Amino acid sequence: MTKPSEIRVPASSIAVRRGVESRVAVVGSPNSGKSTLFNRLTGLKQRIGNYPGVTVERHIGTLSWKDRKTELIDLPGTHSLRPHSLEEQITVDVILGRLAVAAPPDGILAVLDATNLYQGLFLVQQLVELQKPMVVALTMTDAAIRSGIDIDLHALSEALGGVRVCGVIATTGAGLNELREAVTTIQDAPLPRKINVWPELEVAISGLRSATGISLSETECVRLLIDGITERNQSFSAGLDNEFIARLDALRLEFFAGQPPVAVEARIRYGWVRSVLKSVQQSAPKLYGWQSRITEFLNQPFAGTIGLFVVMAVVFQAVFAWATPLMDFIDGATATLGARVGDVLGDGAFSSLIGDGVIAGVGSVIVFLPQILILFLFIILLEDSGYLARAAYLMDRTMRSVGLSGQSIIPMISSFACAVPGIMATRVIPSRRDRIATIMAAPFMTCSARLPVYALLIAAFVPAQQVGFMNLQGLVLFGLYMFGIVMGILTALLMRKTALRGPKPPFALMLPEFRKPNLQTVFFQLLGRVKVFLYRAGTVIFSVAVIVWALSYYPRSDLIAPEVEKQRQAAAFMLSGEELAVEYARIDNVAAAAQLEQSWLGRAGKSVEPMFRPLGWDWRVSAAVIAGFPAREVVIAVLGTVYAVGDQADEGTLSTRLKASTWPDGSKVFTLPMVLGLLIFYACCLQCAATLAVIRRETNTWRWPVFAWVYMTAIGYIGAMLAFQLGSA
Amino acid sequence: MEINGYTLATLKRGQKVVIKAINATDPQVQRLMVLGLVEGAEIEHASAALGGDPIEFRLFGCGISLRQEHARHFQVAPAGAGD
Repeated sequence: MTKPSEIRVPASSIAVRRGVESRVAVVGSPNSGKSTLFNRLTGLKQRIGNYPGVTVERHIGTLSWKDRKTELIDLPGTHSLRPHSLEEQITVDVILGRLAVAAPPDGILAVLDATNLYQGLFLVQQLVELQKPMVVALTMTDAAIRSGIDIDLHALSEALGGVRVCGVIATTGAGLNELREAVTTIQDAPLPRKINVWPELEVAISGLRSATGISLSETECVRLLIDGITERNQSFSAGLDNEFIARLDALRLEFFAGQPPVAVEARIRYGWVRSVLKSVQQSAPKLYGWQSRITEFLNQPFAGTIGLFVVMAVVFQAVFAWATPLMDFIDGATATLGARVGDVLGDGAFSSLIGDGVIAGVGSVIVFLPQILILFLFIILLEDSGYLARAAYLMDRTMRSVGLSGQSIIPMISSFACAVPGIMATRVIPSRRDRIATIMAAPFMTCSARLPVYALLIAAFVPAQQVGFMNLQGLVLFGLYMFGIVMGILTALLMRKTALRGPKPPFALMLPEFRKPNLQTVFFQLLGRVKVFLYRAGTVIFSVAVIVWALSYYPRSDLIAPEVEKQRQAAAFMLSGEELAVEYARIDNVAAAAQLEQSWLGRAGKSVEPMFRPLGWDWRVSAAVIAGFPAREVVIAVLGTVYAVGDQADEGTLSTRLKASTWPDGSKVFTLPMVLGLLIFYACCLQCAATLAVIRRETNTWRWPVFAWVYMTAIGYIGAMLAFQLGSA
Repeated sequence: MEINGYTLATLKRGQKVVIKAINATDPQVQRLMVLGLVEGAEIEHASAALGGDPIEFRLFGCGISLRQEHARHFQVAPAGAGD
C-alpha cells in the first residue's frame, strides 16, 4: 500500500490535465434540490464513477462559464457532518479529504432549501466552520415566496461569515448565471469569517491540538471530540495513537460532563440556527395550493394507506403490462438476428458462438431493459415528488412486525422487477443489520426473470378452470407471488432473530413536501441508474450466457453430423416443398438435442440426475436447471433445445413436448406434483449470478452471497422434494 | 425519565407545542435531535399512520416522522403558554 499523500498528487494532476481549474463539492441536506441544481449546472457534461471499496456512485460534472472550468462533485445529501448512513459517510469523507484516492475539494457549493432553513442551516454552519472557499445556493426561492417566507439574503450572508449567497430557482433557471459566476471564481473570494457558534468547543479543541501536536484539521478534532471513535469513522481513526485517544477521552468526559455529546451539539447548533432565523426570515413556512390539498388527503391514516396501495398497483401494472410489447419485440429481434447470423456464417462453432452465445447473451440482458426503465422511472418520479418517504412512513408499522423498517419497502418493491436494483436501493437504510436482512429477503421477490418459467409451466400443467371469480392458473401465479413474499418476510424475520439480532432499526424520516418532479433531474437520474444496471448486471449475465453456451456446445460428436445427412437425404427422397422444410427442421432439432445430450451440460445433467431424482426430475430437467443457475431465464431456451423443438420454440410446441416426456418405464415425467415442486424450486432458488455479484459488492464480503445461495438453494430443494413426495404418495 | 404531563406521543392532530425537555440517553433520540427536535423547537402534530404509529410532525414547516416509542422521550408544553 502506498501512503495516501503519494496517491493524492496524481489525483489532483488529473484535474489539471483536463483543464479544470478547481474542484467543488456540492453538499446539502437530503431533498434540498441538490441533484436538480447539479444537473442544471453541468448539463450533459457529467459522468458516473465509483469510489474504490465502496458502492456509492460518484457523480462528477463540469461547469463551464466564461472560459473557466470547474469540476463539480455531487455528493449524497447529509444532515450533519456526523454521518448516519453509508451514503452520508461518503459525503463527509470526501469533504474532509479522508479518502486517500480522492483529493479534498478546493471549495464547497452548499445547497440550502429556502423552505427548510431550519435543518439546512444546521449543516451549512458546519460547512462554514471548515474555513474553505464556499458559495451558498439558496434553492426553491419561488416556493418560499409563495408560502410567505421572506428571506433577507444580505443578513443570511452576514450570519454565515460573509459567504456569497445566491438565490436560485433551479427549475426555471433564474439566478443560475450569478451562481455560475460565483462557483467558477470560488477560489478568488475571501474565506468565510469565523462564526463563533460554539466558542467553548473551539477553546477546548485548540487546547487539545497544542497539547498533543496532532496534525489533524480542526474539524476532524471537533468530530472526534463529539462523536468519539465510531463505526462510521473507524477507517480514518484507526491510525490514531493511544496517547491521543486517551487524552481525547479525558477531554470528552470533562467537556460534556456526562451529557450525551451529540445531544449537546444539537442543542447548541439549533440554538444558533434559531437566532439566525429570527434575523433573516420573517415568517415560518406554510403549506399552500395543491400540495397542501394532497398532504391533507394523505394525512388521513386510512385514505393515505389506500392511496399507497393504488400507487403500488399502478407501478406493478406499468412494469408488467407496458413493458410486455417492448420485451416481445426485443425477444423477436434477438431471435431474428441470431437466425440471420446463423444463415450468413453457416454452421460451425464460430457461428454458434455469435448467434447462440453472444447475441442471445446480449439479448438476455437488454430484454429486461424495458421493465427496468419503467421501474426506475416510477421510483425516481416517486422519489423526486417526495412520495417515497411517505410510503416508508405508511409501511413502517407493518415492516417493523417482521423486524425491518419502513425504509425496506422500496428495495422490496423494486425486487419484483429485478433484485439487482432492489439490492442497490438498500443503501438508504442506515442500520447495517437492517440492510443485510433486507438484502437477504429481496431475492425471494418474484423477479421478471422467473415469470417466463412460471408462465410456461402453469400454462402447460395447471388446468384453466374457474375457481370462484378467478382462473386456477391465475390463482397459482398469484400464489407463487405470495409465496415469494412470505418466504422473504420469514427470511428477514429469521435473520433478525439469529445472525442479525440487534436493536430495533431506527426510524426518523424526513417527509418532504410534495413537489412536481423536475424532468431534467428525472432524465439524468434515469440515465445514471440504467447505466449502472447495464454495467453491473449486463457484464455478469453476458459472460454467463457465453459460458453456458460453451458448456452446451462442447464437446461436439462426430457421429451426429453423418446421421443428420443420411436422414436428410432420406427425407428429400420421400418429401418435397413445405413438408420437406418441416422435416428438415425436425431432423435439425433432433440432432441439436443429441448434441446437447452428449455435451458437458448434458453429461452434467445425467450425472446429477440421481441427486434430483427425489424431486422427480429426469436428466433433461436437471440439465436445464443447472444451466439456469447463473441466470434463471436461460432455462426455457435450454429446455427448448433438450426437448428437440429448437431454442426459439413457442410455448405451445414446448409444452406439448414436455407433457409427452416420459421416464424409461413409460410413466410421465411432468406430473402435477413434480411441476409444483419445480415451481417452488424456481420461487426459492437464487439462480442469478448478477444478484450474487451485487450482494457481494453491497456487503463487501463473499460471506453473504454464499450464504444466500446455499440457503435459498436448500429451501428450494427441500420444498420441491416435499411437493413431489407428498403429492405422489 | 419520569413522564409527567404531555409528551409528543400524547398529542392530537393539529396541536402545536414547544419541546421543553428531552431524555437524550437513547442514541435514536439523539439522532432526532440532530434533525432539529431540540428544546425550544415549536412542533405541530400533522398526522399518524394506521394504528397511530408512526406519527408525522411539522417542524418549522417541514415534515418529520417519529415512532411512538421515541416520541415519548420528548416532554412538551402548549405553544405560547408562558416560558
